[in-house]
Amino acid sequence: MDEEDSPKVGRLAACPECDLLVRELQPPASRSTVLCPRCDALLYRTGRNVLEQALALACAAFVLLAVANAFPIVGLEIKGQRIDTTVIGAAARLWQEGMPLVASLVLLTTTIIPLLELAAMMWMVLPLLFGKRPPAFTQIFHVLRLTHPWAMVEVFLLGILVALVKLSHLAHVLPDIAAWLFGGVMLVMTGLSLAIEPRDLWQAWQETRE
Amino acid sequence: MSRPMRQPCRPQGASQAAQHGQALCETCGLLGSPASSPRCERCGSRLHFRKPHSIERTWALLIAAYVMYLPANLLPITVTHSLFGIQRDTIMSGVAYLWSSGSRAIALIVFVASVVVPLIKLFLLTLLVVSVQRRWHWDPLQRLKLYRFLEGIGRWSMLDVYVVTVLVALVQVQSLAAISPGGGVLAFAAVVILSMLATMAFEPRLIWDPMHHAAHLKE
Repeated sequence: MDEEDSPKVGRLAACPECDLLVRELQPPASRSTVLCPRCDALLYRTGRNVLEQALALACAAFVLLAVANAFPIVGLEIKGQRIDTTVIGAAARLWQEGMPLVASLVLLTTTIIPLLELAAMMWMVLPLLFGKRPPAFTQIFHVLRLTHPWAMVEVFLLGILVALVKLSHLAHVLPDIAAWLFGGVMLVMTGLSLAIEPRDLWQAWQETRE
Repeated sequence: MSRPMRQPCRPQGASQAAQHGQALCETCGLLGSPASSPRCERCGSRLHFRKPHSIERTWALLIAAYVMYLPANLLPITVTHSLFGIQRDTIMSGVAYLWSSGSRAIALIVFVASVVVPLIKLFLLTLLVVSVQRRWHWDPLQRLKLYRFLEGIGRWSMLDVYVVTVLVALVQVQSLAAISPGGGVLAFAAVVILSMLATMAFEPRLIWDPMHHAAHLKE
């Protein structure tokens, strides 16, 4: 694949979704999103100050999510009696009712996987900010790629809403502190996924060698 | 806001990386040549031109998901013990209840997320696998967009699992009513997980391969 090209021309790359072979040109200084010329898949984004942003957002989301687990998500009142539940409490209840698999699934997708993902992000970004290579970078990256689709905070939020509506005939129900916190987690994690992409991390990782 | 642009990259003719012996690393996205080094030069992951055994794995997971779809919709997802006796609710009876009690928007959301999306997803993915297996030339861009759509909507089917979780945790007033999860929840969660895994096992680049005659791909 040796071709004569002007010196500002970058390396060869391929579209992850249609395998079209492309040559990257000089990245523009401004923020831009580069799409595959054939199928419009996102190839990469350029011109952002990504590492600091990613670290800040990952920290914020981690704290919000950790705190959310200490507070009830919804509360209801029947005959002056107040009942509420945390995520862990709800999962524990499912477990007692003979559904350990579903209970684990709920805990994994709403709390454990998002927390691990955020911790992994901080683990990778912090050393890179100081020009050092994080230990076990490749392994963590590999695991992150596999677990990412299973973090479902936003679906959980909609689930809380539907449950509230279903219960509203039965008792006085209100979303509690953790429901709002989960909403915050969802927004911050969306910001995080816009702030950084795998390519940025690998770029930073590669630059630490020099 | 950043605006999409196509300038900073230029297609090399209309050929695929695989035709030039180049494979994209799944982990770090670097282009490598498996013939000269089977592992990625940057991160050491094994290089593949395409996901290995994509069609077989997609079929296996798809069939398993189809099998679980029936119990997921026929078995009760919640069992309510109350003064009025025991009430078993399936997904559809829950939707009907929401609709008749006036929460039509919510009924529609649950119906789409729990009944329509899982089934549409299974049918469309079946169509995609068949099209790839038969090496159809029919509009690859449309089929790729279909695949992206499937990837996007799959997770929303988890909705009912979360609803049941919250209901079971809250409604435990022994004198009034107590809700327990029914066997349908387990089957339903299985449908969601299996169809998500099936979507991930599918290789979108196979859609384009029949368009390039010279592609002789090995793993």
